Amino acid sequence: MTPPFVQSDHETRVVRAPGALVIEIEGVTKLYKMGSETIHALRGVTLNIRRNEYLAIMGPSGSGKSTLMNMLGCLDTPTQGRYEFAGKNVATMVDDELADIRNREIGFVFQTFNLLPRSDALHNVELPLIYAGISKHERIERAREALDNVGLSERVHHRPNELSGGQRQRVAIARALVTRPSIILADEPTGNLDSKTGVEIMALFEQLYEQGNTIIVVTHEEEVARHARRIVRLRDGLIESDGPAN
Amino acid sequence: MRRLYYELNESLRIAFAQIRANKMRSMLTALGVIIGIVAVTLMGTAIKGIDVGVDRSFSGFGDDILYVTKWPWRETEDWWNYRNRRPIAYDYARQVNEWIAQNPSSALKIAVPTANRQTTVIRGEYRLNNIWTLGTSADYSRITRSDLKEGRFFSDFEAQSGTNVAIIGFDVADALFPNESAVGKTIRIKAQNFKVLGVAARQGSFLGLFSWDSMLAMPITTYRRYYRVNDDGEVRVQVDSTRMVEARDELRGLIRRIRQLGPEKRDDFEINEQGTIRAQLDPIKNGIALAGLFITGLALFVGAIGIMNITYVSVKERTKEIGTRKALGARRRTILLQFLIEAVAICFVGGVAGLAIAGGLSTLVGVVAPSFPLVFSAGLVAVGLTISVLTGVFSGFAPAWQASKLDPVVALRYE
Repeated sequence: MTPPFVQSDHETRVVRAPGALVIEIEGVTKLYKMGSETIHALRGVTLNIRRNEYLAIMGPSGSGKSTLMNMLGCLDTPTQGRYEFAGKNVATMVDDELADIRNREIGFVFQTFNLLPRSDALHNVELPLIYAGISKHERIERAREALDNVGLSERVHHRPNELSGGQRQRVAIARALVTRPSIILADEPTGNLDSKTGVEIMALFEQLYEQGNTIIVVTHEEEVARHARRIVRLRDGLIESDGPAN
Repeated sequence: MRRLYYELNESLRIAFAQIRANKMRSMLTALGVIIGIVAVTLMGTAIKGIDVGVDRSFSGFGDDILYVTKWPWRETEDWWNYRNRRPIAYDYARQVNEWIAQNPSSALKIAVPTANRQTTVIRGEYRLNNIWTLGTSADYSRITRSDLKEGRFFSDFEAQSGTNVAIIGFDVADALFPNESAVGKTIRIKAQNFKVLGVAARQGSFLGLFSWDSMLAMPITTYRRYYRVNDDGEVRVQVDSTRMVEARDELRGLIRRIRQLGPEKRDDFEINEQGTIRAQLDPIKNGIALAGLFITGLALFVGAIGIMNITYVSVKERTKEIGTRKALGARRRTILLQFLIEAVAICFVGGVAGLAIAGGLSTLVGVVAPSFPLVFSAGLVAVGLTISVLTGVFSGFAPAWQASKLDPVVALRYE
């Protein structure tokens, strides 16, 4: 049952063999209208992401990094091009269909954590399961399990303002994990954390990756991207480079 | 289905957490609805009260009585056409009763003569002016709906022999005989002594409408001895209420015969029924109701605008939260319901508080001024709650719709 590990060259870190295709993007463009101006955020991006990958998307601001992330997260649809998520055509989906895909397939981790301030950690983690229509009993069980997995079993009934930044991000990660999504999509997950806590969070991602999760991190920090196994660099709405990290 | 149920639960939880978190704001917003609901329900009780008041004032006289009179009860502009009509003689009642005795299939049941005017009633140093004094026969007790509180009505013998006896209304008894029973005591009318035989039960009056409470009845024979009967004479005929139209025609023919009107002559009398007076009150009542509900409705409308405003503020404040929820898989419906329920919850709380206040106020009015008819009913509570929920839906919908339509990308970026 041990997954087939591939040892990378110079570091003692595991690289899991990529699995089935999850995301298939081909020739995707995105245009925005800003007043009378048309902005080409993406000018034809082609990208495949497989299960068991740990991918970093990098690029300076204005490179189309955020737009690509929104696309990958099914928050937005392309103007042109093909986008299939787990074999389903996302490009033509309507709002509620996208919402269901996000709920089932994607776990979001935001830079600003985006926790509900008046709800405790447990309820925050429970939230996606409510939208999935899962019973109260099972919700609580799974939320506790997810919090346990990020090392917060002692903080279940704390509210966000009673938690440190790192702990908040752990709650957010637990929330992303709880639906057992196909991918975890993290947008600058360490952007609001001090460097020590940032390292801890990246260690947690490492652990989650080793446990069998597929992770996409969007960042502009080389430091953070180095943790990934594959780095995609964007510039001016196009993929500049795509290759293994080292 | 189950998903919707969990979403509703979650929405309710958020709504009440939200109200708790913004106590002051929610309270002020709810205040608008409270004032609106209090105004509308009090107006509702008052309108209902008008009905009850009218009913109460009329309750002494059944709907099955036809009144034969010289003057019509409706408003007339051509009074000169009625002025010269012959009076309604008190003897008509006897003739009608004879006819009834001869025709067992008649739709008429019994006729009584009446005459009335205002008099002054004195007992010792107590003096009551403008008391409606009615002269009638002993049969009157059979057609009236009001009961006697104590004593008895005058008998056939007393009526025919013209003895000085009287039945007095509740207020009359109360004014002349405070803290004692009036039965068997003596009162003075037109310098004559009258023995009080009975006191009518309390009936209540409304808007100064005619009520039994301030009346006095005596045998018509006695009445005729002291007063001339002409314009004030009338005959009241109790009829089979299931054959009203038939009874009316029969009575009309009968009176025409008694008055010996040739076929070419027009009626020189009127046959009235209580419905005529009620019909005259209806437009007034409806006018009050319409104006009242419109004005109080405005108060509720202002409350609704308050709710709409606060829901817009809430949507704006929580744009990022909406974005997060959408990212986590909330559908449009989920977000719509969340804000709609929040608006409805505030309205509902306001509605309950408003109804409680309105209920308290009308109870208070009932204690302080029992004759003022306010009717607070379960139906009104149901209507009040429905209105407040509808207000919530009405005022929450636009902002909730706006929230549900937010683009998650834009919402997530909102600071």
